[in-house]
Amino acid sequence: MKMKRYELAVIGAGPAGLCAAIEAANAGMQVVVFDENAKPGGQLFKQIHKFFGSKEHGAKIRGFRIGQQLLAQAKEAGVEVMLDSVVMGIFDCNELTVMHNDATHHYKADNIVIATGAMENAIPFDGWTLPGVIGAGAAQTLMNLHGVQPGSRVLMLGSGNVGLVVSFQLLQAGVQVAAVVDAAPRVGGYGVHAAKLARTGVPFYLSHTVVKAEGEDHVTAAVIAQVNEKFEPIPGTEKRFEVDTICLAVGLSPMSQLAAMAGCEMAEKGGRAPVVDQYGQTSVPGIFAAGDVAGIEEASSAMITGRITGASAAHRSGYLDDEAFAARTQELRASLGQLHEGMFSPANKGRNDLTVTDEGIMLSQSLLHKGYMEDGEIERFPGAGAVHTVGIHPVIECSQNIPCNPCQDACRFGCIQVGDHITNLPSVNQAAKCVGCGVCVANCSGQAIFLVDESIGDGAASVTLPYEFWPLPAVGDQGTALNRAGKPVCKAEVVNVRQAAAMDGTALLTMKVPKEYAMTARFFKKEEA
Amino acid sequence: MRIEHHPILGEFPKGRKVQFTLDGKTMEGYEGEPIAAALRAAGVMTHRHTSRLDKPRGIFCAIGRCTDCVMVVNGRPNVRTCVTPLEEGMRVQTQYGVKAKED
Repeated sequence: MKMKRYELAVIGAGPAGLCAAIEAANAGMQVVVFDENAKPGGQLFKQIHKFFGSKEHGAKIRGFRIGQQLLAQAKEAGVEVMLDSVVMGIFDCNELTVMHNDATHHYKADNIVIATGAMENAIPFDGWTLPGVIGAGAAQTLMNLHGVQPGSRVLMLGSGNVGLVVSFQLLQAGVQVAAVVDAAPRVGGYGVHAAKLARTGVPFYLSHTVVKAEGEDHVTAAVIAQVNEKFEPIPGTEKRFEVDTICLAVGLSPMSQLAAMAGCEMAEKGGRAPVVDQYGQTSVPGIFAAGDVAGIEEASSAMITGRITGASAAHRSGYLDDEAFAARTQELRASLGQLHEGMFSPANKGRNDLTVTDEGIMLSQSLLHKGYMEDGEIERFPGAGAVHTVGIHPVIECSQNIPCNPCQDACRFGCIQVGDHITNLPSVNQAAKCVGCGVCVANCSGQAIFLVDESIGDGAASVTLPYEFWPLPAVGDQGTALNRAGKPVCKAEVVNVRQAAAMDGTALLTMKVPKEYAMTARFFKKEEA
Repeated sequence: MRIEHHPILGEFPKGRKVQFTLDGKTMEGYEGEPIAAALRAAGVMTHRHTSRLDKPRGIFCAIGRCTDCVMVVNGRPNVRTCVTPLEEGMRVQTQYGVKAKED
């Protein structure tokens, strides 16, 4: 039997695998990508939020659009993508066995990139096997790929970025979110992700965990309880929520079985993962690993580590000379390094002792413990640099050092500076003239920028906020303004609603509120008809 | 429930509306969507019962990894309904242990 041979076989057509394939194919390699799914893209097509980072990282572009871009690039580069193809084993001399259409096929590859991603962790509690207890990723798959609500009312366990982002997506899909619960004492994900949930009225229960899923055939309620320092539930602190779905966002584990089978040296990195050097090379020559399988991060860094392994394979096979390889990997590693900075960097993982920003400003403890900033807190951050000035101006409620800077490029009038360091807090320049265009509001992946105008007269102020829900309120709609905690504070009227192709689904809703609420009203809730 | 209009994704592209059966009862779904999606949209939560303790199980991971959602499809047991496309006339049965109850 003659085995088909490829210069590079990539396993997994997610962000890491596609980027590895594109990078290598663009260098001239003959590349195949195997994926067990019927469609390529991995988890990217479920990511409907705008990504963080800088322009080079795809910041302010929604994940599924990045997926579309990668597929187009792969096609253009001549990458062969084989779907419904399960790689079952990697054997000596880089031989692969692939299950396709209920038959086994053999391939040889000079180089292999393992980019198989991760799977969701589960956590046991009374009733955890009941139908209705699902992974947060499962919820994403059902609602964002298949247009089906996973349930009608959900309790989210886990306040990392996955839990926060999926909770917001549940609201976008018309599903109620009863609460976000986390055993940790602090919100695990970005403050901006928590804040955009909290202001819609979703409560956070930190230092709490789920102790029971009630129901006979499926979930009918969730019982949570406060935990002590040892994460043990404290009797008497139980609270009950009537929900039909409990979503688990309690971490991911690398799907590293193929790497282990291929004899790669493995290590414990939040699940067993192959040891890789800075070029993505495992301990087995010619086998590389990229993305979550080599250590859980997120899609933006997976795309870069994918590209690094693609370049490494091209270098190993002689398609990139030493100089070109060094230059390319240096560029990619610098880009990766940017994503590894800030308060949520890998080096700061699990730290509960951070109290100030890099700029030396006190972090909001309320944001960390309740998911929102208290009234009067944002004023100490540089994004509030133009507060109470005459005329319209941005208020940037970005109070943690995260790697993200699209707001800086949004303003062509120089209102907003992040500076050279991508994790700097954005500052608003009081001297620059804001024209109220709202591009910064739509560009902010964290939905943390508001336009405030306290000089519209009649004792009123206008507050413009990013709005990504359906149905979209209309001009003239009456309702209630909610504060950052999601509590009603005053009456509000919608005075403008703007949408533009460039804003990609983020509408700019402007509401009129009494002037004294200009710095507290942060969400609009329409009166029920 | 199906999402009628999504603020970011708009309308979802759907295949042809088709009929299939669940334990002999006629159901509707869209061709090509996972069987599990059609079932969840119809409010079906239980896909199978475990062999020893007869406990109900449903969707957990929805990406074909956990095998909690397996059912008997066209007479074949252990079919992962979250990654198996729906086809016209499919015979889907709740799985008990490793087999279906007789219709």
